[in-house]
Amino acid sequence: MSQDLTELLYLIAAVLFILALRGLSHPDTSRRGNLFGMVGMAIAILATLAQPGMSLAGYGLIALGLLIGGAAGVFIALRIQMTALPQLVAAFHSLVGLAAVFVAASALNAPEAFGIGTPGDIHLESLIEMSVGLAIGAITFSGSVIAFAKLQALMSGAPITFRYQHPLNLAIGIVIVLLIIAFVATGGYQPIFWLIALLSFALGFLLIIAFVAPGAPQPIFWLIALLSFALGFLLIIAFVATGGYQPLFWLLALLSCALGFLLIIPIGGADMPVIVSMLNSYSGWAASGIGFTIQNLALIITGALVGSSGAILSYIMCKGMNRSIINVLLGGFGSEGGAAAAGGAPVDRTVKSGNAEDAAFILKNASKVIIVPGYGMAVAQAQHAVRELADILKKEGVEVKYAIHPVAGRMPGHMNVLLAEANVPYDEVFELEEINNEFQTADVAYVIGANDVTNPAAKNDPNSPIYGMPILEVEKAKTVLFVKRSMATGYAGVENELFYRPNTMMLFGDAKKMTEEIVQALGR
Amino acid sequence: MNPQDLALEAERLAERAAALAHHAEALAMTSSSLAAHAGAPFVFLLTTFVLACFVGYYVVWNVTPALHSPLMSVTNAISSVIIVGAMLAAGLAASGVARGFGFVAVALASVNIFGGFVVTQRMLSMFRKKAK
Repeated sequence: MSQDLTELLYLIAAVLFILALRGLSHPDTSRRGNLFGMVGMAIAILATLAQPGMSLAGYGLIALGLLIGGAAGVFIALRIQMTALPQLVAAFHSLVGLAAVFVAASALNAPEAFGIGTPGDIHLESLIEMSVGLAIGAITFSGSVIAFAKLQALMSGAPITFRYQHPLNLAIGIVIVLLIIAFVATGGYQPIFWLIALLSFALGFLLIIAFVAPGAPQPIFWLIALLSFALGFLLIIAFVATGGYQPLFWLLALLSCALGFLLIIPIGGADMPVIVSMLNSYSGWAASGIGFTIQNLALIITGALVGSSGAILSYIMCKGMNRSIINVLLGGFGSEGGAAAAGGAPVDRTVKSGNAEDAAFILKNASKVIIVPGYGMAVAQAQHAVRELADILKKEGVEVKYAIHPVAGRMPGHMNVLLAEANVPYDEVFELEEINNEFQTADVAYVIGANDVTNPAAKNDPNSPIYGMPILEVEKAKTVLFVKRSMATGYAGVENELFYRPNTMMLFGDAKKMTEEIVQALGR
Repeated sequence: MNPQDLALEAERLAERAAALAHHAEALAMTSSSLAAHAGAPFVFLLTTFVLACFVGYYVVWNVTPALHSPLMSVTNAISSVIIVGAMLAAGLAASGVARGFGFVAVALASVNIFGGFVVTQRMLSMFRKKAK
């Protein structure tokens, strides 16, 4: 196949990818969009297979890789629970990052396969692009691994920070840049390549480790530290295989050890949806970087699409919390929030609490109910019970709507997927701006598993760490039914004054059990 | 100014023009060899990249917030088009090490491709309209 035809096919693939994203503008067109994506990918793969010069052994390797990876991918994708989506996406991001590292490594070892020079004499700009792609890929990888571990509660969800953390990260960043320069200046010296890889891994770990995630602290933290050690050693083996260099070997070992320690020192951070989106963006930039290295347009275009998509999502998430991306990256909420909560909450305030019977009575007599789901609903797997409740209410002639805050859940749009899974029609689900005015005409706001996103302190209390964050104005409803396990503070560690309002009734209990009990009470 | 001076001046100018032409020729030769050396011109790739960023920006702002999760998983799947590079390494590289890396990258990227599209399809198939 001629080079022009191959390029043309890559272009078609890229256009199909754009159409795939375009399709997501509406649920009706989204499935077709996904199909476009699959076709585009198939075209890109077939066009590559048809390149001249592929060896038979090469085809064998590719087929084997596709088979193993494809089987694993399909298996995981079919089995994964929708509540665990954020973890899955984080894990997938790490794979893109790692693949980028490996492609960069093979480009370094076999530049002739990509037409960017001969071994030991790679074009200058390809070397630059290669090391940038490598660094972004490695940071994406290790950052996503940590994000995964936090979301999966394999390690403490609490932010981990320490003195001089930002200077350290900055220093590592600068060293990476210097190494890239050295790498290019030495005409692609292998040891420097691996040093960049290792440092970028370290930076990824360090950057992401500072972020908050759900889940109690766990000793499996050590496992993560071990994992990073293992990773270091893996790199060392690869390094040796590529024709090693003694002093660097020990340097690598030392760095891996340092990395393990750095992982274990804890303090304050930010939020998961932003991080997941940010890593999404990184994985795109990594792909683009590799695209530049191997001069492949499909890769450059797709990487740019994914990169800007992730960046936009990060921006939307930041806006949802009224924080700048810099603020999120340098850590925020957790630490200050705890202090504010401790100082600001009078102890003697009373809370009105009720049981399922009370709630059922109130709901039955309402004419308009808005359900506000949060991550608590996902954790309790209560989405099906919630939909059942809504069905009964609708039969009684009650108008039911759902209100979703942009940062509800652990990744953008997470709540929408969970509600869709429970067969809630998407045209009953509304975004913050669409529904916020309707709370004043609603009889009941049924808040289930959401907390900070309903906290009026974001509007009233300039001292609150969440001040300025757009919230769902549930307090304007006639009655607020707040399903919650206990009086504990939310994710941001901020006291919610909503609990003490006269029109709020707290329903203490597990989100799923409580909802099911209300359903039963309604049936009676 | 007498004619002799004029002639001298003209001669000097001609010499300078010749030197300049020579210089230009040398420059042209180096630049063409540079261009041949560089393969696809970097500026061209950069242009494509920047334009694609803009396309991505406008397309993604049109995505409904309800579908942000599928957006992430589908972008994740398509960013695995990096498999193209991995396949070239596995299939074309002379170095065994490079082919090994290529193979691993093919496997990693295909987890993503298949997993990403399947999970996106699963999510999207759940979004249903109100039954009327």
